Order: sequence, then C-alpha cells, then structure tokens
Amino acid sequence: MSLWQKHAIFEKNSIILIIGVLVMISIGGLVEILPLFYLKSTIEKVEGLRPYTPLELAGRNIYVREGCYTCHSQMIRSLRDEVERYGHYSLAAESMYDHPFQWGSKRNGPDLARVGAKYSDEWHRQHLADPRSLVPGSIMPSYPWLAKTELDVSHLGEDMNVLALEGTPYTADMITKAAADAKAQASDEDPGDLAARYPKVIARNFDGRPGAVTEADALIAYLQMLGTLVDFKIYDDKANLR
Amino acid sequence: MAQSATIPAKGGSGGPGAVGKSLTVGELGLGLAAVLMAFFSIYVAAKAYTPEYAFHAYVFAAASIAAVFAIGNRYMNRDAAPPAQFIDGKPNYNYGPIKFSTLISLFWGVAGFLVGLIIALQLAFPAMNFDLPWISFGRLRPLHTSAVIFAFGGNVLLATSFYVVQRTCRTRLAGDLAPWFVVLGYNLFIVIAGTGYLLGITQGKEYAEPEWYSDLWLTVVWVVYLLVFLATIWKREEPHIYVANWFYIAFIVTIAVLHLVNNTTVPVSIFSPKSYIVWSGVQDAMVQWWYGHNAVGFFLTAGFLAIMYYFVPKQAGRPVYSYRLSIIHFWALIFMYIWAGPHHLHYTALPDWAQTLGMVFSIMLWMPSWGGMINGLMTLSGAWDKLRTDPVLRMLVVSIAFYGMSTFEGPLMSVKVVNSLSHYTDWTIGHVHSGALGWVGFVSFGAIYCLVPWLWGRKGLYSLKLVNWHFWVSTIGIVVYITSMWVAGILQGLMWRAYTALGFLEYSFIETVDAMHPFYIIRAIGGGLFLAGTLIMVWNIYKTIASPEPAESPLGNPSLVPAE
Amino acid sequence: MSSTNPNVKMVDSHTGTATTGHEWDGIQELNTPLPRWWLVILYATIVWSVGYVFVYPAIPMISSFTQGMFGWSSRGDVASELNALKALRGPMVSALGGASLADIERDPKLLTFARAQGKAAFGDNCAPCHGAGGGGSKGFANLNDDDWLWGGKAEDIQQTIAFGIRSGHPKGREGSMPAFGRDGILKSAEVSQVADFVRSLSGLSTEASFDKAAGAKIFEENCAACHGSDGKGNVETGAPNLTDKIWLWSSDKATIVEGLTNGRGNVMPAWVDRLDDTTIKALTVYVHTLGGGK
Ligand code: HEC
Ligand code: HEC
Ligand code: HEC
Ligand code: HEM
Ligand code: HEM
Ligand SMILES: [Ca+2]
Ligand SMILES: [Ca+2]
Ligand SMILES: [Cu+2]
Repeated sequence: MSLWQKHAIFEKNSIILIIGVLVMISIGGLVEILPLFYLKSTIEKVEGLRPYTPLELAGRNIYVREGCYTCHSQMIRSLRDEVERYGHYSLAAESMYDHPFQWGSKRNGPDLARVGAKYSDEWHRQHLADPRSLVPGSIMPSYPWLAKTELDVSHLGEDMNVLALEGTPYTADMITKAAADAKAQASDEDPGDLAARYPKVIARNFDGRPGAVTEADALIAYLQMLGTLVDFKIYDDKANLR
Repeated sequence: MAQSATIPAKGGSGGPGAVGKSLTVGELGLGLAAVLMAFFSIYVAAKAYTPEYAFHAYVFAAASIAAVFAIGNRYMNRDAAPPAQFIDGKPNYNYGPIKFSTLISLFWGVAGFLVGLIIALQLAFPAMNFDLPWISFGRLRPLHTSAVIFAFGGNVLLATSFYVVQRTCRTRLAGDLAPWFVVLGYNLFIVIAGTGYLLGITQGKEYAEPEWYSDLWLTVVWVVYLLVFLATIWKREEPHIYVANWFYIAFIVTIAVLHLVNNTTVPVSIFSPKSYIVWSGVQDAMVQWWYGHNAVGFFLTAGFLAIMYYFVPKQAGRPVYSYRLSIIHFWALIFMYIWAGPHHLHYTALPDWAQTLGMVFSIMLWMPSWGGMINGLMTLSGAWDKLRTDPVLRMLVVSIAFYGMSTFEGPLMSVKVVNSLSHYTDWTIGHVHSGALGWVGFVSFGAIYCLVPWLWGRKGLYSLKLVNWHFWVSTIGIVVYITSMWVAGILQGLMWRAYTALGFLEYSFIETVDAMHPFYIIRAIGGGLFLAGTLIMVWNIYKTIASPEPAESPLGNPSLVPAE
Repeated sequence: MSSTNPNVKMVDSHTGTATTGHEWDGIQELNTPLPRWWLVILYATIVWSVGYVFVYPAIPMISSFTQGMFGWSSRGDVASELNALKALRGPMVSALGGASLADIERDPKLLTFARAQGKAAFGDNCAPCHGAGGGGSKGFANLNDDDWLWGGKAEDIQQTIAFGIRSGHPKGREGSMPAFGRDGILKSAEVSQVADFVRSLSGLSTEASFDKAAGAKIFEENCAACHGSDGKGNVETGAPNLTDKIWLWSSDKATIVEGLTNGRGNVMPAWVDRLDDTTIKALTVYVHTLGGGK
C-alpha cells in the first residue's frame, strides 16, 4: 500500500508530473550526447580532410534534396564483408564537416562512402540520366533533369557563411570567391589557385556540357570526392580504436 | 484560454446580431497576428530565393488571410456569451476540433498509405518513378513516412487527446480559439512539410525532414497544444490525473524537447528555404537517432499507449488490469527509451561505448514495453467473449498483440550481432511496419471506430460487418507485408555477407537487388490490402455520419459490484 | 456520472481484485500486483546489462570511457577478422603473387582460385560499366569478345586494369578520337560521307547520296593515322577496328556522326590505388578467360 500511495503526488499535480518526465528523459540524452563533444577520442586524427568546395557543397545539397540518402548509406560499418566490398570502414572524421550527416539507414542501393574516383564522370552522367542503360537490374530512379538544370551559384557564399558560423573552417576569402570557385571547378579551363584553398580538388567539366554549369556538374563533383580525402596509407588504425 | 478577458468591439464591426458582443482577446490577438503574418509572408514571397519557397510563403499568406476571415465570420455568427462550461450540470464538451482532426486523419491515412503503395511499387518497378522530380522515390519516401506518422498518426493523437482529456477530467476543453488553432495550425504544418518534400525542400534528416520555417511554425503550434492540454487538466473535476493523460503529457513534452534539439538549424536567409543544422557528423548522427528512436518511443508508443489506456477499457467495459503496472511501466518506459537511440548506429563511426549503452537499454526496455501490452490485454479478462462479436475490440486487441511483437523484435534487433545482419536491410522495414501497420494503424482504427459514433451522436457504426471485413483484409495485408520483408531482409543480409569456400564475397550488390524483386511485389500486394481495408473503413465512417439511423446496437456494461 | 467515493473500495466481480477506488468517465483500475514473471525478466535484463557494461566499453567519463574487461572494440574485432581471412587465403594469395600470368592460367588450382577472386571483385567494381557478364554496353567495352581495343594479351589487360584508359593516371592509356565536326576539321557533309564510308567497311547499307571515292579520301586524310588505311584499327592508340562488325558505340549512322562530331574517348578508371596487386592479377585472369582472350 504505502509506496504506491506516494505516487498520488504525480497524479494530482501536472507540474510535478512534467518535472518528473523531464528529469527522466534528460539523463539518458545528456550522458550519451554531451561526451561526444568533449571526448577527444570521438573524432580520429587524420590527414587530408578539408571542407567541401562550393561546387561540392552545392552537389551535396542536391544529394539531400533528391533524397539519395533514402536508398544509399554513406557509412561503411566495421564489419568484414563491408570493408571488403566497399573499402576501409568509415571514420567519424570523414563526416565532421557534414551538416547534416548522411549516413543513411537503408541500403536499397550500395554504400556510397567511397564511391569517389571509382567510376568516370561519363558513367555518372549516364547513370544519373538512365541507370538501367548501364545496370539493367537497377531500381534507382532516373534523374534526367539534373543535367538540364543550370546550377544556381549566387547564394553559395551565404551558405558557406552559415557553415563558417557553425564551425566549418571557411575563410572570408573562400566565402567571397564562392560563386567564382564553383564555376572554375566545373570547367576544363585552368582553375587558377583553387587548389590552394581546397587541396586535392578535382576540377573538370563533370557534366560534359561545355560552358554550362549544371546541377549534374555539382552532384558528380560531390560523388567523385566522396571518401577520397583521407590518406589511409598513413592513417593509424591502432591509434584510433574506440 | 482568453474567453474571460473581453474588450469592446470596434464600432461598426458587428452586424445587428452583434449588439452587446465584444471581440475576445483571443479573437483580436489572433486576428492581428494573422494580418501581420499575411503581410510578412507576402513580403518574403516577393524576395524569395527560389520559386518553391515563394510558393510556401504564399501558402502562409493565404492561410493567414483565411484565418482573418474565419475569425470575423465566427464573430458574426457566435453568441455574445462564451460557450457554457456546464449544461444541466454536465460538462459542455468541445467536439468541433476533434471532429475535424478525426476526419482529416482518415484523409491523411489514405494519402499516406497510397504513397506507401506507390513507393513499394517503385522499388519493384522503377519505371513507376516516371522520370519526374516531384514523385521520384527519394522525395516520395519522406512524404510517406511523414504522412503516416505525423499527418495520420498526429491527427489521431490530437483528436483522441482532446477527447480523452475532456472526458477523463470531466471538463470542457480549455481555450476558445486555441484548440482550433492547434488542429488547423498543425495541419497547415503538414501541408507545408508535404508539399515541400515534393518540391525538394528537405533537411535530409529522417523523420525531421521539414525545413526551418516549418519547424518554427510547428514549435508555436506545439506550445499552444501543450498549454491547451495542461489548462484542461488544471480545471479538471477529478482529483487524480488518469494514466492515459500521463502518457499524453510525456508524449507532448518529450516531442517538444526532441524537436527543438534535433532541429537547431541556422537558415541561410529568411528568404531561403535552406538551413544548416548546427550539429555535424557523428554528433549529428547521435542527436538524430536520439530523436528518431524517441519519435518512435514517444510519438508512436507513448501517445498511442495513451489511446489504448482509454479506448480498450472503454470498449471492453472492463477496468484497467493493474494500476501498479501502469506506474512502473510508465516511468521505466520513458526513462529507458531515451537511451536506446544508438541501436540505430551499431558498428558505425559512433564510439563503441555509446553503442553499448544503446544496446543494453534497448534490452532493458523489453519488459517496460510489455507492461503496456499486459495492461492492455489483461484488461480483457472477463470480456474475452466479446472478441467474437465486437470487431472493433478485436482490432484493438490485435493492435496490442502487434505492439508486443514489435517490442520483442526491437530489443532482439538491438543486439549487436543481430543488428550486424538486419541493419540497412528490409528486416528493419518489416519491423517498422509490424509496429506501424499492426500497432499504430490498428489502435488508431479502433479508436476512430469508437469515436465517430460518440462524437456525432450515433448509437453505433453503420455496419459492424464492414468493420469485420476491414479487420480481415487489413490483417492479411499486414501479415503478407511483414513476412515478405522478414524473408527479404534476412536473405539480403545473408547475401551481403556470404563468402565462397575459397573466402571471397559470393554475391555482388546488384545480385542482392535482383533477389529482392519478388518480395517487393508481394509487399506491394500486402500494402494494397491494407489500403483496401482502410477504404472500407472510410466508407463505413462516411455512412455512419451520413445516416443517423444506427444499424446495430451498442455494447454491454462494466461488471462492477460494491465490495463486501 | 460522478466519480466514486474513494473510501468505498470496489471489487471486480470477475477477478475478485480490488479497484483503486477512482473512476474516470466510467473507467476504473484494478489494483493487481505486478506479475511475478514480468518482474523476474525485468530484473534479469537489468542484471545482464550491468554485466555487459562491465565487459564492454560503456561509460563515458571526463577524459575517457570505461574500456571493458578485455579491451574489446569493434574496430579491433574487424581487424582480426580480416587477418583471419588473410590467413585462410594466404597460401593461395602468395602463390598467385609469385606466379606469372601464363603460369596461373596453366595451373588449374591457381586458375580456379584466381577466377574466384576475380569474379568477386568484378561484380562490384567492373560490372557497373562492363555488365554482369562482361558484355559491356554502348561506349563501355565488351570484354568477352575477340575484339580488343588495347590488346588482348594478359599483360595488356593487366596494364589496362591497373592504370586505366584516359584515367588521368600518368601510366594510363591515352589517345582519343578528335571532335571533327565540333572543332571544324570536317564540314557536316564530309562527316556524313565518311560515316557512310565507315559503314561500307563492314558491308552496311549506305545512303543514296554516298560517294565512295570521296568518303575514302576523307578517311585516308583524317582517319587512317589512327584506324589504319584498311580501317583495321590500332591497339597503340585504342582506335577500334572498323571492319569487323563489332561496335564499341553503335553501327547506326546517327551514332557514328555523333562520334565524329563530338569526338570519342570514354574513361576507364585506374584501379592500382583501390585494389591490391593480387586482386588486379586475379581480375586480369578472370577477364582474359572470359571468352575472348588472345
Ligand atoms: C530507389 C532507390 C535509389 C535512389 C533513390 C537512388 N539510388 Fe543510386 N542506386 C540504387 C541502386 C539499386 C543502385 C545499384 C545499381 C546501379 O548501379 O544502378 C544504385 C547505384 C548508385 C551508384 C553506383 C554505386 C556503386 O558503387 O556502384 C551511385 C553513384 C548512385 N547510385 C548515386 C545516387 C544518387 C546521387 C542518387 C540521388 C540523386 C541516388 N543514387 C538515388 C538505388 C537508388
Ligand atoms: C567507369 C566505367 C568503368 C569501370 C568501372 C571499369 N571499366 Fe573497364 N573500361 C571502361 C571503358 C569505357 C573502356 C573502354 C575504353 C575505350 O573506349 O578505349 C574499358 C576498357 C576495359 C578493358 C580493355 C578492353 C579492350 O578492348 O581493350 C579492360 C580489360 C577492362 N576495361 C577491364 C576492366 C576491369 C577488370 C574493371 C574492374 C576492375 C573495369 N574494367 C572497370 C570503363 C570502365
Ligand atoms: C587520334 C586518333 C583517331 C583519329 C584521327 C580517328 N579516330 Fe576514330 N576512334 C579513335 C579512338 C581512340 C576510338 C575509340 C574511342 C572510345 O574508346 O570511345 C575511335 C572510335 C571510332 C568509332 C567508333 C567505333 C565503334 O566501335 O563504335 C568510329 C566509327 C570511328 N572512330 C571513326 C573514325 C573516322 C571516320 C575518323 C576520321 C574522320 C576517325 N575515326 C579518326 C581514334 C581516332
Ligand atoms: C499501405 C500501407 C503501407 C505501405 C505499402 C508502405 C510501404 C513502405 C515502403 C515501400 C517503405 C520504404 C521501404 C524502403 O525504403 O525499402 C516504407 C517506409 C516506411 N514506412 Fe511504410 N508503408 C505503409 C504504411 C505505413 C504506416 C501505416 C506507417 C506508420 C504509421 C509506415 C511507416 C513507415 C516508416 C517509418 C518507414 C521508414 C522505415 C525506415 O526508414 O526504416 N508505413 N513504407
Ligand atoms: C522495445 C521497443 C523497440 C526497440 C528496442 C526497437 C528497436 C529497433 C531497432 C534495433 C531498429 C533498427 C535500427 C537499425 O538497424 O537501423 C529499429 C528500427 C525502427 N523501429 Fe523499432 N524498436 C522498438 C519498438 C518499435 C515500435 C513499437 C515501433 C513502431 C511503432 C518501431 C518503429 C521503428 C522504426 C520506424 C524504425 C526504423 C528507423 C529507421 O531506420 O528509419 N519500433 N527499432
Ligand atoms: Ca530509415
Ligand atoms: Ca526540421
Ligand atoms: Cu530505435
């Protein structure tokens, strides 16, 4: 009898009930989330990572917009078959500039964490426009509109400004040059000092259409750099077990 | 909320019938806010970065203008005095917003299931994408999940919570315009979110896809929802708060917390639909699945358990099985659910320690979940025979059985070795839909079948036979759906990790895609049956409301006698 | 209906259990004790969880987290699994590494092993371009016929796979067909003539306006350097044989004109940086023995 009757306090006072609920739901969240911000081991020490170029960022936004994450993961789990099929398991460091993360939760298509440099631009072009022309059994939708839609680069600087505010190391220089950099990366002409701002950047006419900078340019630029930044030849697996 | 404080009406604003009438603070405040909102929306539309965003701004403008007219119209037509709290000593319950939510939940349900069927067909026959951006799989899938969870499920929760809180507090719903603001505002949020997906406006976070401005709007609506609910409890005529209301409160409060933390974004500009979440990478993943798992725990579980706690004893005419179990499983459930999020991130780049916590709390969550199942099922002891004659009760009971099943499967899938197989596969989809179709779907249908005759003052449903048909068609649909997905998922997982005798991967990815094809067709059939059942229900509900003559008689009374 | 007086306890006639004495809208609650089996399982899961938390990494602290009793980690775990796999394949892999391509194809055991490894790698890396059976598609080479753009000997194939074609890799194969039309080298009438000429080389129909001598002249002046005077192609530049009825792109005139207008030169990626040496060797053997090896 006794103890059960004490519960009446929650049943008679909605504010006490709410406080009880808030206390109960706070503990687990705090214990699991906060340490990820202060424990040094959370994000591995790696070489070669850099923020997205303006063109890659625009491509990433198209990836989000089209909902590619509903079919593709970008997270190679530390399991034998996944490492063999897709390459080194994904590191936390590799998505540290991802707002939002795109690890995904369902694989209707293969993992894309390391798809960069695996195929040619022409292949991606054709695959995005009509996947079944290359892979007859594919169930991926066709995205013919990407190559036909011009990319809007006019607000990329503002996007980068917001990301800088949230901690991405974009400099003022990068932000002012955003639109120009996006165009330079999508052309076969000499991109100038783009690589000084974004090491390892690949600049070429991704969509094959001379002159035009399309959404296909941006998306393929993004796909072609996925998983290529960290140099695993010098990465120390043993130092980053956690 | 503001019905007591009144101010005089502006000269000439009322017609002849408005003599002695005055605008309430609520009417005036909301009307002014809507006028401001309309101007602001038009200003934003004019400067919007994208046509899609301009469209949304115009939707807000149109909704604001409609609100001004609706308030004006209401003012013209209403009595001078606020609605009575009691009539003949009985509470004057407020059913208007509940009726609206009930009906629109059916509309969204049909729409959401239909989109589910379409995406199921798209996975079997990719030509169903029609090469159109708006209806390609990647945009329709979030539309499906939001339509079924937030539009269908959300409206069922709004309707039942407003009903249950009034009845179990024996008082009229608090607020005058506020309840209408909640249901209409919430559905405006649904419209903005849903059309946004089709137009490519998304945050790219599962179950939290709406962009920053939809999120802000939802925040406003949700705060008012909480206040209406609480204010009703504050003026209750019962000494104790009924257990269903504990669950509703946990649902409303926790969803608010989850929503705020998982949508902490910075918009690119007020003229842009785009925003960037402040969290990134592994921290964003943890926040996301803390949110995502608890959207299951507090939206799809706590909220619907509240429904169970009212409608099952009501329909069975039996007392709730165990008050003590209610207490223990309520607190244990909300405490443990919060921890379980990392089971969505096993073997990923989330540190091992967090994965361990996610796994052990998922397992400890098993019994607290089953506490709800026991309390629901055992409430029927003494009334089991009613299952033969009452298909509505049967629906409610089967929903509890599915709840028990998916909350057994969930902890199982949280075990790391099991998850290494099930994650990323259709097994997850099978699990989701045993919970979603079986539990959320059926408990909602059961509640709506009960509610409609009560709300519209009918003696019973138009046809119990049709309920029976609905029950069987949909149950077969669910079984077909989930069994095909279990087989598909386990096959897929096994194929991904299969090795040949020489030690090499046996199947390429595309071979595993091919292997799914027959199961995707079977799943679509199952989904089609579930949808067909729902359409039967819609017809039955329509006939119930349209024809005042009851077809069959209502059910028996509780069997309680005074203690000796 | 008013709520029941809490002092008058009710007993449920069916179960004989007392109610709590409250009533909401006709609903009452029984005061049934917690089911014993339920409590037992709840405690059992809690005990098990506490044990698990001791054994595995679990609790975050100020600057670290509890590591568990055996220092287990999922990353350490997969490393040892991969090592086990290496050990399983080890002897065969080193035999493969030591043997020449010709040796491998002569030794049935090595051949089976190499083909098994090759097949596994082919499915996820090459099939998206070359098709599941190696049959290729428009612009993506067929690997099981006798027609080799860059040479069909095992060594040639190995070179192609490792460094790619127009892949940007310094050792990659280079050479592509100019954009005769776009760059103004040929007028569109000339493009049409030479396209018909190419079709005539493999006995396909030509248009009424086709003038064979004119086509031959254009071909000799512009194309022979790569495709040879006889049109039989050249594996040094990757220029296909135009007389053999096997087409990398397509035999229809529109496709040929399109190629002559905009140029041709599809990219095959380099695999040295993604796949290890034995895998590339195994792939070579696999491709070489698909059907059309030289
Ligand atoms: C309905 C599910 C679905 C959606 C949506 C989808 N894909 Fe795919 N994707 C697949 C499937 C299945 C495959 C494997 C067959 C193939 O290569 O087409 C695939 C393959 C790929 C590949 C090749 C990966 C590899 O390693 O072979 C890339 C790259 C890709 N998709 C990118 C995208 C992008 C970018 C988007 C969004 C614009 C997208 N996909 C949307 C299903 C989907
Ligand atoms: C991005 C698409 C792509 C991928 C992936 C790809 N290839 Fe290729 N491959 C090509 C193209 C295109 C050609 C023909 C190049 C040309 O036109 O000269 C080619 C040519 C070849 C050739 C030469 C054929 C000849 O006739 O000389 C071989 C051998 C080959 N590929 C093997 C492979 C193997 C093995 C793999 C997997 C490890 C692979 N390819 C992956 C696109 C690809
Ligand atoms: C600089 C070298 C070069 C010259 C000059 C050249 N070609 Fe080519 N040609 C190639 C190469 C390399 C390819 C294969 C391109 C590829 O791999 O996609 C090719 C492909 C072709 C094809 C497609 C073959 C198929 O199987 O689909 C045709 C047709 C063709 N050439 C005709 C011509 C004609 C006609 C001319 C002259 C007007 C010409 N080529 C001049 C190098 C050349
Ligand atoms: C006619 C009925 C339905 C059909 C045909 C259907 C079909 C589908 C399909 C095809 C998917 C995508 C699976 C994939 O990506 O592989 C999906 C996902 C989903 N559905 Fe349904 N669905 C139906 C009803 C429902 C209901 C009633 C709910 C919830 C109340 C629901 C909740 C979900 C959720 C949450 C997901 C996402 C699962 C995940 O990401 O893991 N569905 N559904
Ligand atoms: C004790 C209760 C439960 C536990 C421990 C649990 C556990 C899990 C696990 C382990 C996954 C798979 C995560 C992954 O591998 O990606 C999952 C997915 C899911 N579960 Fe449950 N589950 C429970 C109850 C429920 C119920 C009752 C519902 C629905 C009403 C539900 C809805 C979902 C959804 C929608 C997903 C898919 C999330 C996503 O990936 O998009 N779960 N759950
Ligand atoms: Ca998901
Ligand atoms: Ca959001
Ligand atoms: Cu979960």
